[in-house]
Amino acid sequence: MKIHEYQAKEILRRYGVATPRGIPCFSVDEAIAAASKLGGKVWVVKAQIHAGGRGKGGGVKLARSPDELRQYAGQILGMQLKTPQTGPEGQKVRRLLVEEGADIRKELYVGMVVDRASQRVVLMASSEGGMDIEEVAAHTPEKIYKVAVDPMAGLTDAEAEMLARKIGLPDKALGQARDFMKGLYRAFDETDASLAEINPLILTGDDRVLALDAKMNFDDNALFRHPDIAAMRDLDEEDPAEIEASKYDLSYISLDGDIGCLVNGAGLAMATMDIIKLYGGSPANFLDVGGGASTEKVTEAFKIMLRNPRLRAILVNIFGGIMKCDVIAQGVVTAAREVSLKVPLVVRLEGTNVDLGKKILAESGLPIISASNMADAAQKVVAAAKSQ
Amino acid sequence: MSILINKDTRVITQGITGKTGQFHTKMGKEYANGPRCYVAGVTPKKGGQHFEGIPIYETVKEAKAATGATVSVIYVPPPYAAAAIDEAVEAELDLVICITEGIPVRDMIRTKYKLQGKKTRLVGPNCPGVITPDEIKIGIMPGHIHKKGPVGVVSRSGTLTYEAVGQLREVGLGQSTCVGIGGDPVNGLRHIDVMQMFNDDPRTEAVIMVGEIGGSNEEECARWVRDHMKKPVVGFIAGVTAPPGKRMGHAGAIISGGKGTADEKLAVMEECGIKVTRNPAEMGKLLKSVLK
Repeated sequence: MKIHEYQAKEILRRYGVATPRGIPCFSVDEAIAAASKLGGKVWVVKAQIHAGGRGKGGGVKLARSPDELRQYAGQILGMQLKTPQTGPEGQKVRRLLVEEGADIRKELYVGMVVDRASQRVVLMASSEGGMDIEEVAAHTPEKIYKVAVDPMAGLTDAEAEMLARKIGLPDKALGQARDFMKGLYRAFDETDASLAEINPLILTGDDRVLALDAKMNFDDNALFRHPDIAAMRDLDEEDPAEIEASKYDLSYISLDGDIGCLVNGAGLAMATMDIIKLYGGSPANFLDVGGGASTEKVTEAFKIMLRNPRLRAILVNIFGGIMKCDVIAQGVVTAAREVSLKVPLVVRLEGTNVDLGKKILAESGLPIISASNMADAAQKVVAAAKSQ
Repeated sequence: MSILINKDTRVITQGITGKTGQFHTKMGKEYANGPRCYVAGVTPKKGGQHFEGIPIYETVKEAKAATGATVSVIYVPPPYAAAAIDEAVEAELDLVICITEGIPVRDMIRTKYKLQGKKTRLVGPNCPGVITPDEIKIGIMPGHIHKKGPVGVVSRSGTLTYEAVGQLREVGLGQSTCVGIGGDPVNGLRHIDVMQMFNDDPRTEAVIMVGEIGGSNEEECARWVRDHMKKPVVGFIAGVTAPPGKRMGHAGAIISGGKGTADEKLAVMEECGIKVTRNPAEMGKLLKSVLK
């Protein structure tokens, strides 16, 4: 699960991670009030959307007067902010963060992620912070320093200090930087985060480090033990189809093609998208119905796919293990009747009770195109979509 | 021969009284030597009871002492599953196969840490399990699609493994052992570990490895194959068309230095002498083509 920058900073402050002072706002008036409460002469107005790259899209502005602040807050609130991560349609800005201006001497980077290779949480730091950290990672990976944290000991003083030195912090900043990084690790660990990123981490004129930006994602499987974090979910930031799917425990991701896919298992679902592309088609979605799909789940899955106006055909690809083919077939028939299906439907069933499943489809009287294997299914659905 | 499990393996089901544990224990018991293989169950506070004639114990340690079982399979719900693995490790079982999906990563990091230096091997979590066809099935895969034969199968994905097995059947080939290693970021055996076992197994003549985008386990395994493997290997990686925008921000990309895409993995595998296909419907045919 993702949260907003201001929410991430609230969490981090609880762990002693230094950030600029700031106040979340939902209107221009609130932004003006926030600036006067913060005091000072310079404020930063930051669009709060879940996607990164906000500065590049005009979602972050420095205001040098209350008038400028009013102007920028008005511009940004409600704008359709386009960044490299939002897609071409952009994301509507509904929340702002107004922060005190910071005295930036240098921009650095700190990030944390669960690393498959070391099977631990890895803290990464670089002296090269700011917008182009991915470039740094791709071209000069030696400029990124990493520590795989011992889960029992946590991030040690020595490790935190080593990273602080490697990224070129001055001696005067080391003590505070050490506490910053240890706090960041504790925040990550104790909240079951899956990603934390401070980009940029800044060094101020008076030798302190501050989290100028903050991003945190959380492990969905652990939200049951963090109701406070689960409550931070902002449904406005999520794809409506994906929200609807999550209600039924379906894993759905919208894509930009025209062939809907309903598959059991994530690996087979990805492979199904791959083979559609290989035969010249384009998938409209990734949809994994999981191991225990009921008739109801399959029906909902159909409804979600059919809300997509681009949809020209549907491919159901099921390799039944625990999931029995007759149950899936019944679900497909019920769903196709209930939603009065208008696009061609190709079904490939394999595995447990496959003969019974095929019989149910054949006897339904529905115009279902049956496929004998994955390649056959992909070819048929691509042809069906093209003929629409 | 086979790897990891065979007809002489004795199994404990951890979480035997839950719905999933009951169903799959029953299925496992009905498969080949299952009646002799499934000897014990564990559910706290239910010791002394029976399920389908299988005695239930309070702890793994008790179950092991009473039955001599050396392998466990876990169907315990996600919040308690990592602790169930820990218990099996402390009881010094040889092998733990964790089927449970949805275990918090933080729990698995600690469990993996505790596994260091211990004799227990872990398969999973979030995996279909392990099957040695016509001998023993431990996990949730459909037994009837498998048959005994010369092909080793190792995969990160459940249903895509069944797909590979189904295609092998189409071309008339059976399997020595099929191992689903699971798709979680922190897990037990990896492709490379299973590949080493297949290399040493006289009954395995060729191996299918099925991977997915993310991480670098497939690349690591491919390099090992290049340097050590005596048998032909074919591979498929799911996710060539997975949209790059759906990754985990910068840090996800950084940790792997921008690697982990399907194309990258396929390129490394090819360089290392693994025959790969971009068509998931051709895994079986490709394997058949390399088998002498």
